[in-house]
Parts: sequence; structure tokens; C-alpha cells
Amino acid sequence: MNAARRLARSRRGALGGLVVAVMLATGTLAPAMAPYGYSTQSLLQRLKPPTAAHWLGTDGFGRDILTRVIWGSRVSLQVGFLATALAVLVGTFVGGTAGYFGGAADTGLMRVTDVFMSVPALFLILVVVALFGASLLNTALVVGLVTWAPVARIVRGECLALRTREFVEAARALGASHRRILVRHLLINALPAVIVQSTLLLGQTILIESGLSYLGLGVQPPLPSWGNMVVEGRQFLASAWWVSTFPGLAIFVTVLGFNLFGDGLRDALDPALRSGSG
Amino acid sequence: MTRGLARYIAKRLGFAALMLVGVSLILFTLMRLAPGGPEAVLIGGEFSQEVAAQIRQRLGLDRPLLVQYGTWALAAARGDLGRSFKTGDPVATLILDRLGPTLQLTGAALVLALVVAVPLGVLAAVRRDTLWDTLASAVSLFGVSFPSFWLGIMLILLFSEALHLLPPSGVSEYGHEADLAARLRHAVLPTLTLGLIQMAAFMRFTRSSLLEVLRQDYVRTARAKGVPGGRVIWRHALRNGLIPVVTVVGLSLPTLVGGAVLTETVFAWPGIGRLAVGAVFERDYPVIMGVNLLVATIVIAANLLTDLAYCLIDPRISYA
Repeated sequence: MNAARRLARSRRGALGGLVVAVMLATGTLAPAMAPYGYSTQSLLQRLKPPTAAHWLGTDGFGRDILTRVIWGSRVSLQVGFLATALAVLVGTFVGGTAGYFGGAADTGLMRVTDVFMSVPALFLILVVVALFGASLLNTALVVGLVTWAPVARIVRGECLALRTREFVEAARALGASHRRILVRHLLINALPAVIVQSTLLLGQTILIESGLSYLGLGVQPPLPSWGNMVVEGRQFLASAWWVSTFPGLAIFVTVLGFNLFGDGLRDALDPALRSGSG
Repeated sequence: MTRGLARYIAKRLGFAALMLVGVSLILFTLMRLAPGGPEAVLIGGEFSQEVAAQIRQRLGLDRPLLVQYGTWALAAARGDLGRSFKTGDPVATLILDRLGPTLQLTGAALVLALVVAVPLGVLAAVRRDTLWDTLASAVSLFGVSFPSFWLGIMLILLFSEALHLLPPSGVSEYGHEADLAARLRHAVLPTLTLGLIQMAAFMRFTRSSLLEVLRQDYVRTARAKGVPGGRVIWRHALRNGLIPVVTVVGLSLPTLVGGAVLTETVFAWPGIGRLAVGAVFERDYPVIMGVNLLVATIVIAANLLTDLAYCLIDPRISYA
């Protein structure tokens, strides 16, 4: 059975895939899907509970929460994809170089990886984003540059296991360059593991972005992000539970979707891992 | 202690010192390269270039970068982390005042996570493909998907606003600081928030690690010899199955500290995380550097202790 069919047959993977697809469609089609403008205020409609006119209620400025949740998905997904792409790029380069060349290159690069794995990511990101200014691009860059270490470890492990295989020896004997062997023979075979890790990393980067937004270091108002919507609702918790609840639920469902999809992908791409996985 | 182990520890300590220099140098350079500076925050409102220059000179920010770093690093090595730009208080004192609450929160969360996660992970592995397993997998998957700050707010909504069972903030009311029962009640929700997130990862690892061990030949042999099921699990499988869990606990410290930053903010918990967030917004460089140094030291020391704990759990591992 091929990987796509195995993924479709896995309930977890299929459910995660569905959530991810819905979130992607929501983010892409936000201008068409949102019932109101994300910054349209109406003081007469302040803190209204969920009704037919405002499915998820309104916030302290009378803005429609459903609209802002839909627009917020754009920010989270943009930061998530950009940061993950950067993390995968850096992690693949570092891990591939370390695993293929071995020796001093491996030792040196893996010690740098260790440093990045030991530093609390959120703490470092918080400091850098606060100092250099919170913007979508800055946040994505910093999150990506701090979260590449697990990717590097996985790619290194794959390259170490593959570099002594016969097909790599054959390519070397035929005079293939280091770059060609690394890209065409090693990294291409490490791709399934990298795809699985990227999917799981996407969920993590979305969580980090929402945490930064909660602390006031995400995209700046009036553009909505899920994290800053949760913090805005904190003051109304006793009287208007919906203001914080729905944006947080959106973060949770999205991250859960990516985690389910990642688990499903791992099972589909490498059935041998299945029995040991959580 | 064997000579091999002593040499290993010395090597790791040397590497740890290098890591601390690396991490602090990177952060120091980034802070000085960032646009703007602490003078804008200190003065607030309009100010002339002359006033800004005077303040930078007073804070020592006009000197070359390497001189500034060297001065800070030499003083830090002697335990002097400088004074806060904002309050003028010694950074070491500010940190020590906040360290207790943070250690209390992270320690309690870690214990809670382990006490719940390890037995549930074992149960999920032993009763594989049953309702227990499905339930444990679902709990762990949900746990790693929760934003900790939102989980905290939802717990406040449920236990404080709806049920009126627990207080919504992490600090005791004015005048009740010494009341142990009140302090414990205030600590429940923050500990639960931080602990639940960690629990998920630990449970996942306990299950997968134990499943791996249960497939080993020696476990099958013990079963074939007629050793009772419980004894096989607790005496034969768990001791080996717990080794990767020890690694995960060690590696989880950065996440725990990151989670503490958000949890302390949600519950107004007077710890290091809130100190750091405040310092970052106020560009209080000495406090940022001090907190960073402390956090990096704790994480690096925990990683070293994790590796050494292997020796105790598994005598086959040697650092000779």
C-alpha cells in the first residue's frame, strides 16, 4: 500500500489533514469568508454573546470575533509556514553537512546545535523580537532561526545511516561531487523524516507565535492575531467568556490538526515506527 | 568516582563554560545592535541628543562593545551581575527575590507531571490497543497542542469564575502572604497549567520507551520462565524503559522555563519569567543578561546531571 493510501486510511492522519485543509482555506480566503471588517467597531455591539448576527460574539470594541478569528488564522499560518521553512532550510543544511562529512565538522556543528537545543526558545525569541521590533517578518525570522536544531539532529541521523550504503559508495566511485551525493542521494532519502518533522514543527511555531502575541510581541493592532485576541479578552473573563475562549480554541484546534497530520504522515511514511509511536 | 567519570565531568564543565560565554556574548551583541536604547524608556517623552548621550555615558553604553562585555563577564564571574538600569537595585538581589517562586512553580509542575505521566504511560504501554491506550494517547496529543496561556485562562474561567473554588491569581492577598494554606490554594492553578503541558510529553515518551523494552528478548525470557506479569514490568522492563524518560525530563527544562514565562504572566506569579518580560520591555540590559545567564546555567547543569543520572539507572553506561 503506498503512503498516500496509508495516510487516507489512518483516522488520525485524515482528521488532521482535514483540519489543516480547513485552516489553510480559511487563511487564504479570509477576505471573502469574513462576515465583517476585522477592525469594524460598533460600541452599541460591545461584548455581545454569540448570536445569529455574531456567531462567536463580539469583543470589547464591538468587533465581530468570528471575523477576527478568520483573519487571525492568516497571521498564525503565515508566521508558522515562514518560520518552519527557515528552520527546515537551516536544519537540513547543518544536519546534512554534519552527517555527511562527519569528523570535526560533525562535532562542531552538533555542539552549536546543542547550544540551540539548551536555550529556552521562547525566552530567546522574546528578547530578540522585543529588541528588534515585533512584525510578521521579524517574528517569523527569529522563530525560524531558533527552532532549527531538532531538524538538524534528524537530518544528521538519517545522513549518518545512509552515507555508508552501497548506492552512495557507487555514486562516489562514479565521481559524483559532494554536493550531488548530499542533495541527490542523502537528503532526498531523508525527506520523509524531514516532512514529518516540519509538520510537527508547524504546530510548535504557531504556539510560539501565539505566546509572543499574548505577551504583546506579535503583529500590532488592529490586525488580529489569536494570541492578542486572547489577552484582550482576559479583562472580560468574568462577564464575556467568549472573547478569550474562541481565539484560544482556534490555536488549539490548528496545532492539534498539525500534530495529528504529522503523526499520520509518520505512520504512513514509515510503518516500522508505528508500533513505537505515541 | 572513577578517573574516567571525573575526566568526563571536567570536559563537560569546560564545555558548559564555553556555552555560557557563547550564549551571553550573542545576547549581549544583539542587545547593543538593536535599534533604540534604554535611554528612551528611562526618560520617557521628548529628550535631546545631549541628554541621551549623558545617560548612555552614565550607564557605560558609550564604551566599545567588547570592553562592555569584558567588564560585565568579569564581574559576573565574581557573582556581580550589575545594577538594574530602571531601579538601581543589584540584579543578583532582584533575581534571588524571584527565584524562589519560579523554582516552586516549575518544581511542583515537574513533580505533578511525572507522578501522573509515568503511571499512565506505563498503563498505556502494558494495556496497548485498549481504551486506556487510546485515552492516554488522546490526552498526550491534546496536552502538546494546548497554548499554555490559554489553558491557564480556561482553568481560571472554570475554577475561579464559574465554580468559585480557587483564586485566579498566583499570589496571596495582601496580609495573607505567610498563610501556607492560602499560598497553596493560589499555587494550584499555575502548577496545573504548567504541569499539564509537560505531562503530555512525558506520557508519550514513557509509553513508547516501555513498548520498545517490552519487545526485548530478556523480557520475553522472563515471561517464558514464568515470572509474574507485574514483576516483569516493574523489575525488568521499567528500569530500562525509564532511561529515555530521564533524557526527556532533562531536555524538557527549556520548554518548562519558556512555559513558566507565560504561566507567570497569566497568573501574575512573582517569578523570574515576569521579571524577564518586564526587563525586556524596559530595555533593562543588566536584568536581561542576568536572567539569561541564570536560565542558561540551570539548563546546562540539568543536562549534565541528566547524563550523570544514566550511570545510576543503568550501570552498563560508562563514561570511562
